[in-house]
Amino acid sequence: MPSLKDLKNRIGSVKSTRKITKAMQMVAAAKLRRAQEAAEAARPYADRMASVMAGLAGAASGSANAPRLLAGTGSDQVHLLVVMTSERGLAGAFNSSIVRLARQHATDLLAKGKTVKILTVGKKGREQLRRDLGQLFIGHVDMADVKRVGYDNAQSIAQGILSRFEAGEFDVATLFYNRFVSVISQIPTARQVIPAQIEAAGETGASAVYDYEPSEEGILAELLPRSIATQVFAALLENAASEQGARMSAMDNATRNAGDMIDRLTIEYNRSRQAAITKELIEIISGAEAL
Amino acid sequence: MADSMKFDLVSPERSLASVAATEVRLPGAEGDMTVMAGHAPVITTLRPGIVRIMGDGTDLEFTVTGGFAEITGESCTVLAERSLPVQDMTQEHFDQMVAELRARHDEAMNQDLHGPAPELVKVLADMVAMGTHIGLDPTQANL
Repeated sequence: MPSLKDLKNRIGSVKSTRKITKAMQMVAAAKLRRAQEAAEAARPYADRMASVMAGLAGAASGSANAPRLLAGTGSDQVHLLVVMTSERGLAGAFNSSIVRLARQHATDLLAKGKTVKILTVGKKGREQLRRDLGQLFIGHVDMADVKRVGYDNAQSIAQGILSRFEAGEFDVATLFYNRFVSVISQIPTARQVIPAQIEAAGETGASAVYDYEPSEEGILAELLPRSIATQVFAALLENAASEQGARMSAMDNATRNAGDMIDRLTIEYNRSRQAAITKELIEIISGAEAL
Repeated sequence: MADSMKFDLVSPERSLASVAATEVRLPGAEGDMTVMAGHAPVITTLRPGIVRIMGDGTDLEFTVTGGFAEITGESCTVLAERSLPVQDMTQEHFDQMVAELRARHDEAMNQDLHGPAPELVKVLADMVAMGTHIGLDPTQANL
């Protein structure tokens, strides 16, 4: 039976925990709004890029000299998994769900006898994967001092991926990130970027016959690397929004739990206080009667 | 209106302009071009330069560092790598862009004994020319 003093201290500490989680929730809500706006603002570019790519790639993929970024290296022996997670914890299952998907993917590939390489973006995923897949790490991108995800960040990550591809280090690259659906739902997603996967565009005559300047191949060669940067950027933005969403709902839960705990502890505190008073009264009365 | 078309300028981070225009001047990779409504469909890459949009009461100028443009008869969409309205373009921004390009240029120079790829030299020169055009001083422009 905890003493009154103990209970009082517990209530005090749970109260300050609740204050912290409440503050974190509100910060996450503010950041979420900004992250969502950023994700929305980036959408027109990505959409346009995808539609132009679809038109171009449809024409080029048939030809024999299609760029390797589009057609692939002709093998799928070596896979690069780009695992994008956050730099901070306390975001519910946000990081674990990405890591779980990536780990499952890696195990499947290894079971099929493929070679797997892992590039981590963000500290949390690296920490979680280190134990069982640490020997597959080939690099890490630190996002700790990135306050707002910019296109520059995406570009440098994409540059890293591309130079590894050109050096022949892998055949297939896949991004792992959380797709933002709503505050309570983020879906861990795997998206293959090399060789480029072209979404089947509505080929219903919408694709006008374009002139290309300089040449079709020239444009495609310039566009493919850029489209990878765009996809990395989109993934980073989705991830940022998902992280804040996950943190917001995790902290909302924590705040609610702390509230429940305070109520329970307060009841217990009042009961034992009452019990102590009753006990003292009984002692006084029985002492008086004994006289 | 038959003589106007929809113009969009988007960068990866946000959409910069979405207006009706009668005439758009683009710094195409193979030469400047003016796009008007009814232009033949073209997709072209861009070199660093200035995009000028003219329409009913609008006259906007944006700097772009590269990217590409998709032109159909009814619309013109510029997907810029990086873009700023000309009046927001400061010496500081410009210096940074030139410095970045120069770093790439020098890196290529070190890697390849035959000198950097001619495209890169041209891009750098275009960038400097753009700066001069809008009255910014390309410091250390010793090409």
